[in-house]
Amino acid sequence: MSRIREKVDVCIVGAGHAGCEAALACARMGLNTVIFTVSVDSIALMPCNPNIGGSSKGHLVREVDALGGEMGKNIDKTFIQSKMLNISKGPAVQSLRAQADKADYTREMRKVLENQDNLTIKQAEVTDILTLEDIEHLDDENNILPYEKKEEVPTIAGVRIYTGAIYECKAVVLCTGTYLNARCLCGEAITYTGPNGLQAATHLTDSLKNLGIQMRRFKTGTPARMDKRSIDFSKMEEQFGDERIVPFSFSTDPDSIQKDQISCWLTYTNEKTHEIINQNLHRSPIYAGIIEGTGPRYCPSIEDKVVKFSDKPRHQVFIEPEGIHTNEMYVGGMSSSLPEDVQLAMYRTVPGLENCKIVRNAYAIEYDCINAMQLYPTLEFKSVKGLFSGGQFNGSSGYEEAAAQGLIAGINAALFIKGEEPLILDRSESYIGVLIDDLVIKENLEPYRMMTSRAEYRLLLRQDNADLRLREKGYRVGLVSREQYEYILYKKEAIQNEIERLKKVSVGAAKENQEFLIRHNSSTLKSGSNLAELLCRPELTYEILGEIDPERKPLPEDVIEQVDIEIKYEGYMARQLRQVEQFKKMEKKKIPDKLNYDDVPSLRIEARQKLIQYRPVNVGQASRISGVSPADISVLLVYLENYRNRK
Amino acid sequence: MALKSDTIAAVATALNDSGIGIIRVSGDDAISIVDKFYRSKGKSKLSDYETHTIHYGFIYHGDELIDEVMVSIFKAPRSYTTEDTVEINCHGGVLVIRKILDLVVQAGARIAEPGEFTKRAFLNGRIDLSRAEAVMDMIHAKNDFALKSSVKQIKGSLYQLILDLRKEILYEIAFIESALDDPEHISLDGYNESLMEKNDALIEKVNRLYLSADNGKMLKEGITTVIIGKPNAGKSSLLNLLVGEEKAIVTNIAGTTRDVIEEQINLSGIGLNIVDTAGIRATEDIVEKIGVERAKNFAMDADLIIYVVDSSVELDESDQDILNLIRNKKVIVLLNKSDLTPVVTEKKLKYNLINVLNDFSDESDPSDREIRIIKVSAKEGIGLDILEETIKEMFFKGELQMNDEVMLTNLRQKDAVKEALDSLLMVRQSLEDEMPEDFLSIDLMGAYSSLGFVIGEEVGEDVVNEIFSKFCMGK
Repeated sequence: MSRIREKVDVCIVGAGHAGCEAALACARMGLNTVIFTVSVDSIALMPCNPNIGGSSKGHLVREVDALGGEMGKNIDKTFIQSKMLNISKGPAVQSLRAQADKADYTREMRKVLENQDNLTIKQAEVTDILTLEDIEHLDDENNILPYEKKEEVPTIAGVRIYTGAIYECKAVVLCTGTYLNARCLCGEAITYTGPNGLQAATHLTDSLKNLGIQMRRFKTGTPARMDKRSIDFSKMEEQFGDERIVPFSFSTDPDSIQKDQISCWLTYTNEKTHEIINQNLHRSPIYAGIIEGTGPRYCPSIEDKVVKFSDKPRHQVFIEPEGIHTNEMYVGGMSSSLPEDVQLAMYRTVPGLENCKIVRNAYAIEYDCINAMQLYPTLEFKSVKGLFSGGQFNGSSGYEEAAAQGLIAGINAALFIKGEEPLILDRSESYIGVLIDDLVIKENLEPYRMMTSRAEYRLLLRQDNADLRLREKGYRVGLVSREQYEYILYKKEAIQNEIERLKKVSVGAAKENQEFLIRHNSSTLKSGSNLAELLCRPELTYEILGEIDPERKPLPEDVIEQVDIEIKYEGYMARQLRQVEQFKKMEKKKIPDKLNYDDVPSLRIEARQKLIQYRPVNVGQASRISGVSPADISVLLVYLENYRNRK
Repeated sequence: MALKSDTIAAVATALNDSGIGIIRVSGDDAISIVDKFYRSKGKSKLSDYETHTIHYGFIYHGDELIDEVMVSIFKAPRSYTTEDTVEINCHGGVLVIRKILDLVVQAGARIAEPGEFTKRAFLNGRIDLSRAEAVMDMIHAKNDFALKSSVKQIKGSLYQLILDLRKEILYEIAFIESALDDPEHISLDGYNESLMEKNDALIEKVNRLYLSADNGKMLKEGITTVIIGKPNAGKSSLLNLLVGEEKAIVTNIAGTTRDVIEEQINLSGIGLNIVDTAGIRATEDIVEKIGVERAKNFAMDADLIIYVVDSSVELDESDQDILNLIRNKKVIVLLNKSDLTPVVTEKKLKYNLINVLNDFSDESDPSDREIRIIKVSAKEGIGLDILEETIKEMFFKGELQMNDEVMLTNLRQKDAVKEALDSLLMVRQSLEDEMPEDFLSIDLMGAYSSLGFVIGEEVGEDVVNEIFSKFCMGK
């Protein structure tokens, strides 16, 4: 009997947060999709922190949702506490973060995948990526017979799993997360497993290397989980959720998710903790030099914090529930790769943790991933047609970053198969655009995390207007319904009309108006004004102005929110809009795929090398590559003009 | 960044005190910008005139008459760049050109990037394709020079001041940003008051910098003249003589940590930056070695080299070294110590020079090159008048020029300092308006990147790196 050969449209490798979005996008766009995972029970697993969102990450979830992704809906179904961060700051940096019930999150996402038309879940380790040429040289046993490779840029044609079965397909999306050649370290104890003791994927790296893909090694870590019954919460500060819960998803009715929330708890490390760590540093695999991978600076282990910020007498520790139906608590802020005995001693110095029992030890994990400069902004490999990738495999970190890339990789894989224009979001329209642009064009030396400071046009990229920015794009690719899209059209018009109306409604210096202003601690009018001008005052809101705005018609809450923000910060936003205009000009200047940089005279050597290495798709991108100077860009512009004219 | 359709300005003629200087302004607002400070006798406006016409009038700065000028108007698309273009023909002098250019910038234009006029002409289809390569070469050549001048020549103390300012600003940005990214670990409570104080101090410093940008220009404009020679050839006494005799020291560059002495002198209106270097000889002494290396570097960047030869000592290998250094440069050779019995004669020196030039020159016939040798005695003060005359002659013949890119770089930098100042004033305004902190960091960022422009540094990953190195993030 010969081995199994199946034919599908697209294969998704890995069912974490990236894989789930990629698979759902492809299936929803009408393609016959298979998603592979080493464990069906671990679909959309949250192996680290028990929350979704947070500063700038919340933006990503909103954007994923606006485009028709699943993460926002899933956390709305499964959260146990929710908070809008930075509520006293400007609207651009407010961000939603919710504590998830991890088991619920996994279960709900699995349910969505299982019930999705066109989608098949398959528990299997993918071992090989096959090109068209490979497929042409298969024997009955699904072995590739030796042959001479002819295609310079091969085309993807399928994957082979551990059993030898082959799934032929037209596109593959790699979302292998932290599983490739994974290794977990807890002091001297080293296991060759993926996160949470799950089976690592040990074959795929070699297959990718054979395709000419360059691999690198990154590292990350997670703190211990503790038995709730062993913790003394009376020594900690209770952290509540918001009174009024705001959903992540634009399609979740806010009233439907108001519920009792579970608290988190805050405590601190102290001198004693730091002393234990310092005395045992030599037993940390990082400080002992056992770890080869590069770790992220933004979520340092507690060892790192104590060493790097030795002047800080204490560090915060957040105790967060892993779910409702479990006693496990996550010890936020104290990830570590120290040995078990040191961990226990160090945790037990923290107030409230004196008698703690560890359920799962903290550990560091190392894994294979790629430098994403090997990708186009579509997240397709430059060196293999039809091979896409997303998530931690691309050198990022975080569930939200993964979901965002998975969604884009999935959408573009589907568009590739359909022969349609790819979806590329730029830096001026989304955090997703910033994320992907940074990944494919910058030198990333550590797992990449989204940060609000990375988005140069962040006043325009708010979490509150992600739907206005991206719904239409989601609709165009087929992931957003006509009804949802039409609501956006209505919303945009309603916002515009209301802003114009407020600018027209004049407010005189009449007595009742002055009294109104005094009542709200606002300075009185010396001359005539209008409602829009008054709304610019920080102390006045749209709601308050209702008193002197009798003509006002009722509007949906989300329309009012936009009117308020757009008027209040108009000046700042207008400045960013002007910058965006300049930015767009350069982004529109496409660089032909076939351009041979060796033919461009006058480029400096460093710039030429970088351009050949990164192959930017437009001049704007080229200008963001480090080592490419403004003069090089000028030269490139002149050359491109010349090139275009000669065509 | 390039490819703006805004209005640009630059000097279109060589800066060599020859009769006329032309300032070219191009872009949508070119005509209305020049109209702001141009006055004609008949009080008519440039915007009223036809294209391809030339007009007599005056340039005023407020009520102060700057120069009497001829102004040509070329309306789009019939101009070099195909944009509206105005050319102001003024009376040459470097000072006047600078003043007018300054007015153009104040009225809303920006200083053109290196090669930008030609680039626009090309991109707008005005120059034919066969010249594309030449355009690209020129952009790089000019840009390299501008970069070199902004990074290398910027005065030491000024460079340090800007580094310090940027460091302070970056810290504030990183603090705000880390608190925004990790609000549960880093709090901004009470921050605004402390920022108000720091920001005011920054405003004061940047404002002082801006005011000083006018009188003590950031870069030294003028002809970079480097004196080289073996130790004890009499270089320093020559410098002292030149400076002493002219009694016109413009600046005595403070804060220079280099082991070279720089002086600015003015020879009948020609600015010279004179650099006295360490004597060149093969040496094992580390400190001296560094000095010699620097001397060589200075010589490479020089517009004019004065090579001082001690005529009482035989030429040796070190002289050969120097000859190699100067073979592609404008050189005046001084046979010093003419009061002593010469062992090196003019003839001998000339012979040596021609030999070196023959060895290395692959293009021009070395005998074509005029070799200027002057006998002097620095000790007795003999021959200096001839040296001065020679320099003047070279300048008026156009052999020596002040590089307009330096002047333009100066103006660009002044502009950038102004932008930084405006950004900091915006920060103050936002603080007064009690805007949330994320708005403050936007303008702090503006100030940071503008100041970076002055010293040729980009922003890149600075903020992210600062956040991670200074603030302890959570998780």
